Amino acid sequence: MKQKAQILDKDGIRRALIRIAHEIIERNKGTDNLALIGIRRRGVPLAARLAERIKEIEGSAVPVGTLDITLYRDDLTTLAQQPLVHRTEVSFPVTEKKIVLVDDVIYTGRTIRAALDAIMDLGRPQLIQLAALIDRGHRELPIRADYVGKNVPTSRREVVSVRLEEIDGEERVLILEKD
Amino acid sequence: MHKDLLGLQQMSAEEIGLILDTAVPMKEILGRQIKKVPTLRGRTVVNVFYEPSTRTRTSFELAAKYLSADTVSITAAASSVVKGESLKDTASTICAMGADVVVLRHPMAGAAALLARQVPAAVINAGDGAHEHPSQALLDLFTVRERMGRLAGLTVAIIGDILHSRVARSDIWGFITMGATVRLCGPATMLPPGIAATGAVVCRSMEEALTGADVVIMLRIQLERQQQGLFPGVREYARLFGLDEKRLALARPGALVMHPGPINRGVEISPEVADGVQSVINEQVTNGVAVRMAILYLLAGGGKDE
Repeated sequence: MKQKAQILDKDGIRRALIRIAHEIIERNKGTDNLALIGIRRRGVPLAARLAERIKEIEGSAVPVGTLDITLYRDDLTTLAQQPLVHRTEVSFPVTEKKIVLVDDVIYTGRTIRAALDAIMDLGRPQLIQLAALIDRGHRELPIRADYVGKNVPTSRREVVSVRLEEIDGEERVLILEKD
Repeated sequence: MHKDLLGLQQMSAEEIGLILDTAVPMKEILGRQIKKVPTLRGRTVVNVFYEPSTRTRTSFELAAKYLSADTVSITAAASSVVKGESLKDTASTICAMGADVVVLRHPMAGAAALLARQVPAAVINAGDGAHEHPSQALLDLFTVRERMGRLAGLTVAIIGDILHSRVARSDIWGFITMGATVRLCGPATMLPPGIAATGAVVCRSMEEALTGADVVIMLRIQLERQQQGLFPGVREYARLFGLDEKRLALARPGALVMHPGPINRGVEISPEVADGVQSVINEQVTNGVAVRMAILYLLAGGGKDE
């Protein structure tokens, strides 16, 4: 795949997360009953960073969980090889909480649909909101993000690659094109 | 991943590792209030058991149900098998009804392999004669790896009627493939000649087998074998080959005590040891469901290879 453009650098990511953290606190009028759940893989470090920013701003620690949605995917029967499953770790009760789901990119919306089903199996949250670093359009389901780092119109031939220090050893967001 | 799960003898360390890694998130599901994920919705798993079983059959049934698959259990004694219907016909009939997975327990070695060649469904060997019981060995491997953090370099002692034990054979192949050392001990009448060719070490005494072991797996002595003259009596068996606290003290401190179940309390294992802090017998049962969920997911969940 060839690189077409860099749409966020390290500072761009940092500033977007600070703004999203402020928006989460503002929209929910504080951090009472708030919890963040990061969707594997790259939603997980993003959720951890948002929790840190929230702690700096409001002084309170918000619980963070990780969610693996592989078992809830709608496309398993079309894949020749079973995708690897990883742990879901949500150590706090979900019922009555205001859950903010965190993912790096929202595209068709199917991952979020799977995540909603997964969370409903864990309990009955008060509400679920969605924070995505990048919204690249092309929704196939009626799902939208409440908090968006950057809106990036893309074509279907393109791939949005979010690189994070914790996983990729670098910090930037690229648009790549399939050959 | 192959179409079927037939035995540990032909499995690589990577394949075993994949199943163990997949069982980790499956175990987390067992701890939830809603023990259900939609992954195998619409798939059908049929248990075909020619031998009695409570544990293995229930474990496979629950594993399938937790993954939202539909399950049916057929006990041969209550089926047309008593009218003389062959294994092949039984299985093709079931597959013609839409079964995606057949879990087979059969008294003849190789039955599962035979079936796997003849039906399009995925075949899981739940025990074929004295040959293999792969899902039991996989849950044993999972239990040890979870508790000890690793498998390579550990010393595992398997004690009892090795000759008639499919669990022992699968354990031997599984643990050796994953880099552990396996020691065997039991009455001389119950140690198969040539078993050392697997790489396991045949020990002449309980002391030799247990000293410094990290894991002790006790096998159930089938009391019927006494009628066949293979051991003189239950009390003598318990005295010579039973695991009590004194013998357990020879193993490494914190060594795991395991047993595939059901246990004969006071025969191959004393009640104190069975209920003691080192015993992980109940964890094995829980892990068994998680491992079987992993096996079903890996075999039944995917699409067809193009």
